[in-house]
Amino acid sequence: MTGPKTLYDKIWDAHIVSTSEDGTCLLYIDRHLVHEVTSPQAFEGLRLAGRKVRAPEKTIAVPDHNVPTTLDRVSGIIANEESRIQVDALDKNARDFGVVYYPVSDVRQGIVHIVGPEQGWTLPGMTVVCGDSHTATHGAFGALAHGIGTSEVEHVLATQTLIQKKSKNMKVEVTGHLRPGVTAKDITLSVIGATGTAGGTGYVIEYCGTAIEDLSMEGRMTVCNMAIEGGARAGLIAPDEVTFAYVMGRPHAPKGAQWEAALNWWKTLKTDPGAHFDKVVTLKGEDIAPVVTWGTSPEDVLPITGVVPAATDFTGGKVEAAQRSLDYMGLTPGMKLTDIKIDTVFIGSCTNGRIEDLRAAAAILKGKKIKEGMRAMVVPGSGLVRAQAEEEGLAQIFIDAGMEWRLAGCSMCLAMNPDQLSPGERCAATSNRNFEGRQGRGGRTHLLSPAMAAAAAITGHLTDVREMM
Amino acid sequence: MEKFTTLTGIAAPMPLVNIDTDMIIPKQFLKTIARTGLGKNLFDEMRFTQDGAEIPGFVLNQPAYRKAEILVAGDNFGCGSSREHAPWALLDFGIRAVISTSFADIFYNNCFKNGILPIVLPAEAVATLMADAQRGANARITVDLAAQTVTSSDGQVFPFEVDAFKKHCLLNGLDDIGLTLAKARAIDAFEASAAQARPWV
Repeated sequence: MTGPKTLYDKIWDAHIVSTSEDGTCLLYIDRHLVHEVTSPQAFEGLRLAGRKVRAPEKTIAVPDHNVPTTLDRVSGIIANEESRIQVDALDKNARDFGVVYYPVSDVRQGIVHIVGPEQGWTLPGMTVVCGDSHTATHGAFGALAHGIGTSEVEHVLATQTLIQKKSKNMKVEVTGHLRPGVTAKDITLSVIGATGTAGGTGYVIEYCGTAIEDLSMEGRMTVCNMAIEGGARAGLIAPDEVTFAYVMGRPHAPKGAQWEAALNWWKTLKTDPGAHFDKVVTLKGEDIAPVVTWGTSPEDVLPITGVVPAATDFTGGKVEAAQRSLDYMGLTPGMKLTDIKIDTVFIGSCTNGRIEDLRAAAAILKGKKIKEGMRAMVVPGSGLVRAQAEEEGLAQIFIDAGMEWRLAGCSMCLAMNPDQLSPGERCAATSNRNFEGRQGRGGRTHLLSPAMAAAAAITGHLTDVREMM
Repeated sequence: MEKFTTLTGIAAPMPLVNIDTDMIIPKQFLKTIARTGLGKNLFDEMRFTQDGAEIPGFVLNQPAYRKAEILVAGDNFGCGSSREHAPWALLDFGIRAVISTSFADIFYNNCFKNGILPIVLPAEAVATLMADAQRGANARITVDLAAQTVTSSDGQVFPFEVDAFKKHCLLNGLDDIGLTLAKARAIDAFEASAAQARPWV
């Protein structure tokens, strides 16, 4: 391919092993992240076929989905037998096949998408895959990162490659600057609100514009994390000085002369002027408000100042889906979003479980108490995030406010561990999916930013955080 | 992987849009370390009450559709989680083809790894086939992968597109790991040159 290239084009071209006549490529994978839920069948497949892991030093395993996050987990085994078997299987597979491994007992354990960047495994210009849709997170570094199924996990384990067809290029530009109280979470939800959950299908998104450049690495990871909720294969942000500063000195980041060589290449990883995008979406940073979801699809996004819509506000198949959402969520059209009462607050997940997220929540909660009867938990994304939050005094703010301060894991984002909602229980969550039953059968999820979740914990209802700043 | 060539079977209508993989197979069933046995929990929370009783209104509980082999579904089927347990559950129940206007990317790819054919058709064609499926068990839809056609019970033929390589693998039931391992030399060569160009990786 000649002429100006997008960032996606450049990373793609640098990883082609071979190309077939029909355009199907064999793409080399630089980093393969592995967790306990989507890998056991893949390792079993290798065993049955007598195959090895081709590049164990590029394969990083960590249990996260099933692990309990209560403090007693350090002293005991996992009570749920099936969860225990799955975590034990990862333990055995990691050791048998010799891949890099962070067991539950390791302080570096955490959510796979938080551990990868934290340890410097994720670097600009890489291809990164994981049997998890939120692998899109790593795109924040200018790495081409996407989720795969278990068959493809096995394929990557055996060959360190994937059979791929190239996606189309989409540009999402967020111009200007965010207003106070508006965060990366509000950007990414607002983009999905604008494009719909299938708007990105068939595309790799590059997020750009001054409001994106303004973000920290944590914020950029939040934006890219939810690219998948917009249907995109991956989300990307061009690496810049913010990226390089984050990466420098991480345990597995290059050092010395290799750092200089890497930096020289990384600085070329940006879309050339005049490069072609198949689709362009533009949002004004100043127009983005703190948002919440009202329904059971991440596209059901509204500014917190809005009201619950009616099914008749929609067209086509969305009419039936919206009515189903309203029934499931127990909401009446026309009611103010700020009148929605909340039972539970969940702060954590690969979307918002990093240190900056905890700082944002703590800034709202400092010196305050959560609403009486409220259940609220803060689940740091990794053991190191937890340690840092304790050092910075954030943990004490949460504890003093009456919240539970947990150990690292995916927790109530998908409720595979004991952290679940009961039927009808309504949760303000900083996670990424408000699907029916996602956080527990019958549970009702409203997605929002960490600061907005903190505000709801204090008042007991969805709240415009700007009124508390 | 089982081959997919042609299929004539009962099609169950699921017009709801954005059916996500959490609906197809809820998280509590992801704790398995096997690929099989998930069919009994397919669409679990839509199909059964919390006590395990069947919900009569759900399409796959209706007598006409209990042996469905095809789903005709609303837009953006299979969105959300990458869990391959979703196609495993569909396959274990007996579903071999899903027809919709659009599929989420990861789910679409996962289907091909498991002998399930996801078929993208224009909205009008899906609407016709949805109406056909709603007629019940006597209305059998035919899918022919080699010819790339779907034929409604009254003989209307709808051509569809499918990637040539995916079609080849599905028609022949091929294990693509074996195919890729045959290119080991090219992978070795790539690794050698990448080690020069990007030694820090």
